[in-house]
Amino acid sequence: MSIIEVAGPGGFQGGEAMVQPAEETSAGLLRDAFRRLRRNPLAIFGSVLIAIFVVVAVFAPLLAPYDPVATDLSQIRPGKFPGPSAEHLLGLDQLGRDELSRLIYGARYSLLIGVVSTAMGASVGMSFGLLAGAFGGWVDSLVMRLMDVMLSIPGLLLAIGVAAVLGRSIVSIMIAVAVVNVPIFARLLRSSMLVQGRSDYVLASRSLGVKRRKIVLGHVLPNSLAPVIVQATLALATAIVEAAGLAYLGLGSEDPRIPEWGRMLAETQSFLSSAPLLALWPGIAIVVSVLGFYLVGEALREALDPKLRS
Amino acid sequence: MTETRVSVSDRAYDGPLLSVRDLRVTFSGRGRHDVRAVDGVDLELAAGSTTGIVGESGSGKSVSSLAALGLLKGRGVTVEGSVRLNGRELLTMPDAQLRDIRGREVAMIFQDPMSALNPVLTIGRQLTEVLTRHAGLDKREAMVRAGELLEAVGISAPGQRLKQWPHQLSGGMRQRVMIAIALACSPRLLIADEPTTALDVTISAQILELLRTLVADTGTALVLITHDLGVVAGLCDTVHVMYSGRIVESTDRRQLFAAPRHPYTTGLLASVPRLDQPRGTPLLPIPGSPSDTRPWRTGCAFGPRCSRHDEACDGGPPTLAEHAPGHLARCIHPVVPAVPKAPAGPS
Amino acid sequence: MVTFAVRRLLLLIPILFGLSILVFLFVRALPGGPEAALLGERATPERAAQVRAAYGFDQPLLVQYGKYLNQAVHLNLGVSTRYRTDVIDEITRRFPATIELGLSAIVFAIVVGIPLGYLAAQRRGTWLDNLSTVGSLLGIAIPVFVLGPLLKYVFAIKLGWLPSSGRQDTRMFFDAEHPTNFFVLDGLITGNLPAAWDAVKHLILPAAALGTIPLAFITRITRAAVLEVTGADFVRTAEAKGLTRAVVTRRHVLRNAMLPVVTIIGLQTGLLLSGAILTENVFAIQGMGQLMSGAIFDRDYAVLQGGILFLATVFILINLLVDLSYGLFDPRVRQTA
Repeated sequence: MSIIEVAGPGGFQGGEAMVQPAEETSAGLLRDAFRRLRRNPLAIFGSVLIAIFVVVAVFAPLLAPYDPVATDLSQIRPGKFPGPSAEHLLGLDQLGRDELSRLIYGARYSLLIGVVSTAMGASVGMSFGLLAGAFGGWVDSLVMRLMDVMLSIPGLLLAIGVAAVLGRSIVSIMIAVAVVNVPIFARLLRSSMLVQGRSDYVLASRSLGVKRRKIVLGHVLPNSLAPVIVQATLALATAIVEAAGLAYLGLGSEDPRIPEWGRMLAETQSFLSSAPLLALWPGIAIVVSVLGFYLVGEALREALDPKLRS
Repeated sequence: MTETRVSVSDRAYDGPLLSVRDLRVTFSGRGRHDVRAVDGVDLELAAGSTTGIVGESGSGKSVSSLAALGLLKGRGVTVEGSVRLNGRELLTMPDAQLRDIRGREVAMIFQDPMSALNPVLTIGRQLTEVLTRHAGLDKREAMVRAGELLEAVGISAPGQRLKQWPHQLSGGMRQRVMIAIALACSPRLLIADEPTTALDVTISAQILELLRTLVADTGTALVLITHDLGVVAGLCDTVHVMYSGRIVESTDRRQLFAAPRHPYTTGLLASVPRLDQPRGTPLLPIPGSPSDTRPWRTGCAFGPRCSRHDEACDGGPPTLAEHAPGHLARCIHPVVPAVPKAPAGPS
Repeated sequence: MVTFAVRRLLLLIPILFGLSILVFLFVRALPGGPEAALLGERATPERAAQVRAAYGFDQPLLVQYGKYLNQAVHLNLGVSTRYRTDVIDEITRRFPATIELGLSAIVFAIVVGIPLGYLAAQRRGTWLDNLSTVGSLLGIAIPVFVLGPLLKYVFAIKLGWLPSSGRQDTRMFFDAEHPTNFFVLDGLITGNLPAAWDAVKHLILPAAALGTIPLAFITRITRAAVLEVTGADFVRTAEAKGLTRAVVTRRHVLRNAMLPVVTIIGLQTGLLLSGAILTENVFAIQGMGQLMSGAIFDRDYAVLQGGILFLATVFILINLLVDLSYGLFDPRVRQTA
């Protein structure tokens, strides 16, 4: 299910191939890539989707017409919920809450969970990768074995395990998704460092006696930026889906008022025949946001691929 | 190499083995103007001859041969003109018939032997598939024959090699395999497109020597396409020089090197550093670059880079004229070879 | 080839060890422990201590690990606190459902994806190509728990063509015999064709939902691989050899294009385990997925521990098979470590 996992164990196929030799600055690479992105229609479409998603999430209180938590049971009849109307554009849910407002606030949770878990997973993962790549030897072996073991458990299962230990809450979903990301970023950074380590610039620096830390921080890290950014974008897309999936399974917050998309989907399962639209809206929301990040991530990857350049 | 001449339509035909007339190849891309890679090439080959086609990248030399054999299929490629093999027109031939001819009557080898061989098939397989396809041999016979072919191209322990994969062989060996594949069905014509460019010097020499002996033994006509004059000097009886899609000089090898007529050829020869020049002699590249050109129909394409250029050159396309017996050049101001002065008489 | 396989197998051992340690520690980290699951709120300190002792939690960690490892190797994964049966029995009972689902999904993805990707590459730039690109992008972005209900609604509820949940019609389930627990297979070997067909009908929607994401990836990769290989030098050589178009396509283009496709298929198969958990939930299928998600709420730690260990091991084995098959297809790989 994870978009990143399917793309390849090293991050994605060709992850190593994307790492740049020392002669090219990451900044130049990114500028070049963005120029190419601007001409790619799918990338533009994806960016628009992302923009919509972020705007809705950030400005939710301003955009939502109603309070997402306010219930109005007067309109509910058994087995019949009011559909879309002029006052409630997407209708009411099973507890009489305005569906549109819930959807809008749901964007906040998705964005928050997505960004936080990806950031956490990426930073922890990259720290591991940095350790492994910078020190080599037994440190490298130990760290990478640990990462391999983590990768040997399918993503969702790992997340379920973590959520089981931490209890049902939004935070535990965040941590679970972050944990799944750790080995992926660790591998990515480590392989990037290995490739860079062989480059002429680094060899020259070392022969001149430049301290290892300086080489790593000042040169290797900045040049590994490009594949990391691509991975982070794709990871964000996956994080949104995985978080929604975990919430769907009931591992999210126990508070029934929280309008999380995955959870909203789970709740509507039982009324699939009587109120199919209710089951549709959160699904569309998830697809739109995921699609946006995925399109941009893929476009970035193609734009940064050294094989396709020049 | 023992000759097993495979059944070929041997209608008595006395004409050149290969006859190319006004071959034109145009590439049209989306939203870009058309590129005339080959702009009217005429040439003839006799059976058993060795011919060299020399030119820089972009001169159209490779494209000509690919187009002639129908290997340039694709959107945006237009091939016009006439290419006759033993009198049969190739450019309009249906695909199935063309496939019968390729590999059997005409064979081609390419520049990079690593990428030219299928990485997931054994050497033996890549040889036998030609033999089963064209020579009507069954698998066992084909494998035996494949072993003989490998020996003929100088590969030792052929039995072992047959079971190996391309990545297990060196560059030189792979090119030998390519030659073996090409000559497997005793074609009448072998086209070698930059066969030694990707190899290092000593191996190149061996490969060229191999080509020379094989071709002489079997009576196969050879077309050697290269940018390297040195390669041509050792191997080819006739040489054509191409520039910007057209042939600009054609003659036999000796005349080309001793008395070149076209300024481009003289430029090429002069740019090769020589051992007998005093140290410190500056290198003489041809000024400008291949992109400093103009369409042939408006004038001489080499004009912008030519030291002998004048307004007459821009008037219209120069024709390929015979400036000396058996020596054609496409230039209105050809280089005239210095006539040796009569020795001074006794004072 | 054999050395390659053996080397790969040996690499597994440290990973399996590490996995067992991870799972072991995981269970020790779960809040509450076995006494919470068994006794719930009626736990007094004495009874809690009794339960812990019964489960061996009072012994030193290393001893516990040793016992746990020993038991795991003998396929004793403990007893489920919810079902009161051996965990291994629950797994054996339910895993066939997950296999049936997963297998159908990946077969669906391969059978549709590869030809579609190939055609898209052949007709590059045409409506078919563009449609398949858009389709695969959507397929990747639509999660199983969105697509599943959608399919359920359209085909089961609205159109009524297919059943909406479960593995078999209830009455048929009780009437038929299930020697292997692979319902389709069972129907066939017991000669109960209506039961087999019914099982198939129940599989269609879940397999389509689960298989759509792999389908999308396989289509994309096949298309890209075919395009790339078609432009390769050795294909030009094959053409120059005068081989027939069919042979060039089969032996030269496809055989090489399949290499990255096999990789993707392998990756996707491993991920089917994750997807199955969600799909089983959507379609109420009694497989491993449901077992696992239920175990969290029931605090059935024996099941969680055994289940994760089992599924992760299966995942590792699947990846191993993929690695080996890759070695089969690409001779260059066999040389490397």
